[in-house]
Amino acid sequence: MPHTKLRRLVTISVAVTLGATALAACGSSDDDSGKDDGADSGPVSLTYWSWTPGMDKVADLWNKGQGKKDRITVTVKKQASGDTLVTKILTAHKAKKAPDLVQAEYQALPTLVSNDALADIAGDVDGVQDKFAEGVWQQTTLGSDAVYAIPQDSGPMMFYYRQDLFKKYGLEVPKTWEEFAETARALKKKSPGTDLTTFSANDSGLFAGLAQQAGAKWWTTEGDKWKVGIDDAASQKVADFWGGLVKEGAIDNQPMYTPSWNKALNTGKQIAWVSAVWAPGTLTTAAPETKGKWAMAPLPQWSAGENVTGSWGGSSTAVTTDSQHKSAAAKFAAWLNTDPEALTALAKEGGIYPAATNAQTSGAFTEPPAYFSNQPDFYTQASAIAKTAAPSAWGPNVNVAYTTFNDAFGSAAKNKSDFGAALAKMQDETVADLEKQGFEVAE
Amino acid sequence: MTSARRRSYGVKGAPYAHPSPTTTLDRARSAPYFFLLPATILFALFFALPIGYAIWLSLHKVQVKGLGLGSGARKEVWAGLENYTDSLTDPELLAGALRVLGYGAIVVPVMLGLALLFALMLDADRVRLAPVTRLAIFLPYAIPGVVAAMLWGFLYLPDVSPFYFVLDRLGMPQPDLLDGGPLYIALSNIAVWGGTGFNMIVIYTALQAIPAEVYEAAKLDGATPLQTAIRIKIPMVAPSLVLTFFFSIIATLQVFSEPTTLKPLTNSVSTTWSPLMKVYQDAFRKGDIHSAAATAVIIALVTLVLSFGFLRAANSRTKQEAAR
Repeated sequence: MPHTKLRRLVTISVAVTLGATALAACGSSDDDSGKDDGADSGPVSLTYWSWTPGMDKVADLWNKGQGKKDRITVTVKKQASGDTLVTKILTAHKAKKAPDLVQAEYQALPTLVSNDALADIAGDVDGVQDKFAEGVWQQTTLGSDAVYAIPQDSGPMMFYYRQDLFKKYGLEVPKTWEEFAETARALKKKSPGTDLTTFSANDSGLFAGLAQQAGAKWWTTEGDKWKVGIDDAASQKVADFWGGLVKEGAIDNQPMYTPSWNKALNTGKQIAWVSAVWAPGTLTTAAPETKGKWAMAPLPQWSAGENVTGSWGGSSTAVTTDSQHKSAAAKFAAWLNTDPEALTALAKEGGIYPAATNAQTSGAFTEPPAYFSNQPDFYTQASAIAKTAAPSAWGPNVNVAYTTFNDAFGSAAKNKSDFGAALAKMQDETVADLEKQGFEVAE
Repeated sequence: MTSARRRSYGVKGAPYAHPSPTTTLDRARSAPYFFLLPATILFALFFALPIGYAIWLSLHKVQVKGLGLGSGARKEVWAGLENYTDSLTDPELLAGALRVLGYGAIVVPVMLGLALLFALMLDADRVRLAPVTRLAIFLPYAIPGVVAAMLWGFLYLPDVSPFYFVLDRLGMPQPDLLDGGPLYIALSNIAVWGGTGFNMIVIYTALQAIPAEVYEAAKLDGATPLQTAIRIKIPMVAPSLVLTFFFSIIATLQVFSEPTTLKPLTNSVSTTWSPLMKVYQDAFRKGDIHSAAATAVIIALVTLVLSFGFLRAANSRTKQEAAR
């Protein structure tokens, strides 16, 4: 008797388990059919990894408007920024569990594409290209016919300086790099304890942007081979320029983003900063007491009359190969980065400077940032400068080049030694890493 | 109680069937394995498996075809010992190991010396406010390493440090603690500040366990407190000294959070300052988990050899002394 009872129990539980499995199987087959047509016949739910503050509010705009019509819901999961997220995406991709949409900095795109983490969405984003400056768009295609991401924000570089202190020390805003060096020397003469700025080795993006302005193309392709040009003439010129200034003591050599650096900016010990369009945000937290005393000017040029700038930072929205609904995801990415309403919200909630050219002069950018209330035409100038951004050329191991930069230029800045040697080391390590991974490298 | 139970077990098994004695025996034999099962499963899942995976990773590498763009351009291939030879011949890893050796040469003796000194002082006959002092010395251990490193990092930066402000006012020289030789002292200081309390507690506990008769005998023999400390207390807490030394070696070889936290503040700490930082760099910034795994295995082996080597040397010495 107890045996039959037990048997019945076993039978029931087996039946229940099988039933559950069958149900689960049904569920997954439903998912599969959704993937197959990809054309969003049923309601679609997408996950988006982003570090932009307030992105969830922008996604809500979509979920209540366009997304409701198309039955596409986007959920934002807040992430850490930059390199950390790249690692996380690659790890998730290994398990085939990457989210549908990710935010990625431009220089990370080749790494992600090379790991087969990003989907080609060229077929889903017709007509989007015209909304962006060519130099920006080209970063998302990697020079091919594919489109791996939609540009979101850009970081055209500019020269920031303390207007009041420039007046006090009788300095002119430098128009060329030569004048920049003269300004640094003149300041040292007038006030030995004050530095024009510092050469910081802890953010490789700054140097990369300066090299771009000089015309450097760090990664290019030649047929099936990568060509690394980190040690090219343009980059050497930039390295020697900054190395010379550090060596003669015309500028400081300590890293930025430290408490010391904040204090130097706040107390007028450093009176200028070569930075990008997002600088107001950084200055607001780093040097709150000098609000309204700074001004922005175009980046100094290598020869007078030129009008080029580099890019420092900026990111894009990409669709992953793991996404079950690539077309829907591409649709959202395009909306997010081209729709006026979305871009205004992005600028307001996330404080980003949009890559879409029409948005740079939109309603969100009629007022200058609060920190620069003394410069009413801040964004008009910024938009003009953004148009002059030199194209950038990224490769599949930017991370290696950047890490080498931190160490090689860090020790060169500390020892006030040859920056050219540090640049050569950066080139060598980058090439060695490519070869080690099995990439073909052109000499 | 136990014996009664055992008997009833045997009695119950015996009268029924013939082969039962063997089954009970079998069952009795398998019982320990049954009890070991949870531990074995946990060990296999969370210890053996990850180690095995790390070793597997270290024996592979990624091979890229052509430009490496698009799908199928990357595949994992067998690398043999290539990652290990690369890692062992990397001058940066050796340099990092030497830096850590220099750091350890300061940290371990200073930290353990101070811990022993404090423990002996707290254990002395006439000491006031012992519980408060003990807590005060132990407290830094409760502060997370990263927080401690940040705290000290701010104190080391001349522009924001109150120490430098005072030195400046007094017209004293202001050394740069984040560069060259002083950097080692600056880093060691953080570890000593954080670790002394823990080691002191370990030694102090051992001191408390020494029987009172020993002290009484010493007193009768006319030993001064200093003699008691050197001749009796230190030899009797030798096992805990060995233990703290053992832990300290491992902690030193794995130094990571202090230099990583100080790194953004100075150009002097490179991204590969310590071997473990190099592993982190390779795995998470360069995205090369295979060579990172190889380096990690090497570090683990060196740690194992050094720490157990020390333990063995210490044990054989104690045995020799005991034999004498």
